[in-house]
Amino acid sequence: MHHVEPALELEESATAAKLGRAIVITSGKGGVGKTTTTANLGTALARRGARVVMIDADVGLRNLDIVLGLENRVTHHLLDVLEERVTVDDALVPDKHTETLFLLAAAQSREKDDVETAKMQALVTSLRERFDYVLVDSPAGIELGFRNAVAGADEAIVICTPEVAAVRDVDRVVGLLGNRFKPQLIINRLRPQLVKKGKMLSVDDVNAILRLPLLGVIADEPEIIVTTNRGEPLALRAQTATGAAYGAIAARVAGEDVAVPMPAAAKASLAERIGSIFGGTRR
Amino acid sequence: MIEFLRRLFGQPGSSATAKERLRLVLMTDHLELAPEMVEKMKLDLVDVISRFVEVDRERIDVTFERQDRTLAMLANIPILSVNRPNGNGNGKVEPEAAAAPAAAPRKRRRKKKAPAATAPPLAGPPAAAPVPAQ
Repeated sequence: MHHVEPALELEESATAAKLGRAIVITSGKGGVGKTTTTANLGTALARRGARVVMIDADVGLRNLDIVLGLENRVTHHLLDVLEERVTVDDALVPDKHTETLFLLAAAQSREKDDVETAKMQALVTSLRERFDYVLVDSPAGIELGFRNAVAGADEAIVICTPEVAAVRDVDRVVGLLGNRFKPQLIINRLRPQLVKKGKMLSVDDVNAILRLPLLGVIADEPEIIVTTNRGEPLALRAQTATGAAYGAIAARVAGEDVAVPMPAAAKASLAERIGSIFGGTRR
Repeated sequence: MIEFLRRLFGQPGSSATAKERLRLVLMTDHLELAPEMVEKMKLDLVDVISRFVEVDRERIDVTFERQDRTLAMLANIPILSVNRPNGNGNGKVEPEAAAAPAAAPRKRRRKKKAPAATAPPLAGPPAAAPVPAQ
């Protein structure tokens, strides 16, 4: 059995002034689903009624607006705000689907080193006064872009896929974060069928090494690709298994003691089973 | 066909390989040492322990394990006998060792107080040598 630890306490991070929580979503390795997770977690939290702002800290490679389907509505970006060309309210883009959700897009034509760490920190702090959650979508890597994304956050969610390289990089990032950020884990792109066949690291395999509080497990579903194509996060569809899984993650983040839903291996058809016995794909 | 037989007899899949690779890569990541250094550390460790007990050098197992946020080194060193490997034990007490206090304090006394007359039984350096040559 994987170990399910209770989600961290809310009160601990929020001060007497009832500041919102600033959570950085990071992974070290690229391509594991940080941006997709940020979009879905933001959506799921906002659908619970929380006021949520998502900051795309991947300066130079702006993507969060695409995943949310907001690319045509971005007029100003993070660096416009940090360099005081516009106010933060000018730059916040309201989400199409969820009322209390907002995006602060990254600058596409600038570089990560253009961000001043202290200003980023001040911005996150000011947003915490107005929002229940500030989600910061970190760029891949552990350089300045990562450090800027982390600046101002007081919690971390790390995204890991069941691969050797991803686990190694998360291990490194967790080491860099230290205990201050109380990192919690989301395992992304799990393929239960492969785990069952012993061809993919399981949730337990990954967390036997990382030993982090498990927030959730997201299966590698084609519908994530389809919804990303459309710019509609899957978290909008709570009736789907993956949408419900994002809902459960949001509930755990909010401090509810709900179980982590485990993606089930779909029953293989008879033809598939016969095919797999007689020289199926080798991995 | 080989794949079919492997599957039939429960050969572990590639996830077992992934797990083992991950274990090893993290071990070296955490130690930030090359594997040769780990091996050298193991040998040095055994040398130290061998001064007190006789150990089975062939079956020594040193592993590293992550415990919460720290890395622990676990050494499994089979002991062959509690006799000192140089034979100074097993009840066959050397005459001078019987007459004198334990080796370690005597050594210290020799170092610090040898010129003084506070070591009456065995003041002479040859008799006071803690480990007799054999």
